[in-house]
Amino acid sequence: MAVIQVAPGRVRNLLQERRPRRGEPLFRALVLAAAAAVLVVIGGLILVITQQSLSGIVHNGGLAFIGGTTWDPVHEIFGALPFLYGTVVTSFTALVLATLIGVGVALFVVELAPQRIAGPVAFMVELLAAIPSVVYGLWGIYVLAPWLREFVETPLHKAFGWLPIFAGTPIGIGFLSAIVVLTIMILPTVAAVSRDVVAAVPASQREAALALGATRWEMMRMGVLPYARSGILGAAILGLARGVGETMAITMVIGNAPVISASLFAQGYTMASVIANEFTEATTEIYRSSLMEIGLLLLIITLLINAAARLLVWRAAGGSSARSVLA
Amino acid sequence: MTAATASPVIGPGPMAGRNLGRRRRTDRIMRALLGLAAVLAVVPLLIVLVFVLTQGLAALNLDLLTQLPVPPGQSGGGVAPAVVGTLIMVSLGTLMGTPIAVLAAIYIREYAGGRGASVIRFMIDVLAGVPTIAVGLFAYGLIVVPMSGFSGFAGAIALAIIIVPIVARITDEMLGLVPVSVREAAYALGVPPWKAIVRVVIPASAAGIITGVLLGVARIAGETAPLIFTALGNRTVTTSLDQPMDALPLRIWVYATGPYKSWHDQAWAASLLLVLLVLLFSVLTRFVLARRSRHRR
Repeated sequence: MAVIQVAPGRVRNLLQERRPRRGEPLFRALVLAAAAAVLVVIGGLILVITQQSLSGIVHNGGLAFIGGTTWDPVHEIFGALPFLYGTVVTSFTALVLATLIGVGVALFVVELAPQRIAGPVAFMVELLAAIPSVVYGLWGIYVLAPWLREFVETPLHKAFGWLPIFAGTPIGIGFLSAIVVLTIMILPTVAAVSRDVVAAVPASQREAALALGATRWEMMRMGVLPYARSGILGAAILGLARGVGETMAITMVIGNAPVISASLFAQGYTMASVIANEFTEATTEIYRSSLMEIGLLLLIITLLINAAARLLVWRAAGGSSARSVLA
Repeated sequence: MTAATASPVIGPGPMAGRNLGRRRRTDRIMRALLGLAAVLAVVPLLIVLVFVLTQGLAALNLDLLTQLPVPPGQSGGGVAPAVVGTLIMVSLGTLMGTPIAVLAAIYIREYAGGRGASVIRFMIDVLAGVPTIAVGLFAYGLIVVPMSGFSGFAGAIALAIIIVPIVARITDEMLGLVPVSVREAAYALGVPPWKAIVRVVIPASAAGIITGVLLGVARIAGETAPLIFTALGNRTVTTSLDQPMDALPLRIWVYATGPYKSWHDQAWAASLLLVLLVLLFSVLTRFVLARRSRHRR
């Protein structure tokens, strides 16, 4: 009774509808259309980008394009290998670093830190994901790259310059800077998703290990990590997808040279960077379409990686959380 | 439990064969390493924030927001076209993307069965994982090519696609926090489900949905890659959607990679604006999410 007395007009309104119920099917159709729109967009992405890259595919071929090492728009010779190489090297290296740190953060937050510290740490790591890519790029150019050149690259080059990986003049801009920036950028993804996965490990796992006399670390190593393994793998693959698609920050610090070099100090290029950098300058139809073909390659790779990662994470964390989208 | 005397009955247990002192040492080292990982993760955020704050504040002034860019090399001027363009494209993208996102989330939570919900959720997650540069290529093929020209409208479409998964997933979670009893109370009054959703469930989760939208706004406001070959950039203020349009992140990119000191200063100042926006909305979302999940318990 109390509720009705508080808002009698409102309740009467709700009850007044006695006419034939057209609202329900209409509303249902509306929300269904919105959900279908998501599928249409994904289908449209694949369709439109494929269609736009058709003349490139005809001109460059498929496999020959992927294996081609020359990128010479003037003579219309297009090979995607330097970009594939740059993308693979930067994102895999960054992935290894980000996974080590990210899983560490997840364990620290869930297993070790008191609530007072755990909350803020988790939040700050997630904030890393919120900073715009172009801001990381700006910071990379003017803060990180000069610092790396001065305190990391030059000493390494002096000591180990005979190793191919440390060969060449250290100028700061190049693979190393790109890897460091990318590590920072995919860290929140790996850390946040790993955290969910580790938190989803049943307490009985921990209690059993502790009851056997395990130390804290032994409990994590034997009780928690094996249980969370596939979810952490999913988190890592999710981070990989982030890294592969990351564009602006990398474009700004990697040096944008379509060459394949073993050196960490060399300049390189990634698939996303070459599109960002050259698309508006692509004067011929073939040039533009070849860049689209790289985009198609990038889209297919990230779709596959993403689908695999989501399935792994869903299974491990028991359903999906918005965090895997936001972080 | 000193040295290696594992009982043969239960077999060599996990702790067997290892000296307790050494195990304790390993434990201490690993705990320290995990703490170090946390420090390593937090430090970059602080460094980036400190630099953006100090460098940005030094160059931030009213001219930045109100003046047109001056010819290269001269000092002064501002990024007014970028401010206007970002406001227009982000608003339009949000207006287009939000209804679709909220309705799709309603479908997932209220109408789809378990399996249907999983499929749509999966697709939304996949859409969230599409590189934003690929979304830009899509908008280019979809709008720039047929309209034969770069436009703010194409940029807004790209941003709309990017905001959908963010808002949809947050709305999805917010709707999930509304107790079933609230819906049942409405049904008991003879209210059809759709009306219960629109009049009761949505208002109950409005605060969460709104912060989700704000977070989405902050995210797309910082997007550069999808605008490069849709909005293109523009050195003059324009409000017509069929013209190339400037945006703050685009301007930051151009200025950061350009050769002039005054450009770099303005890039830092513009970055400060973007970062403040993002931080504000992220903290707000965090606050609302935390409050909501406490309610649930």
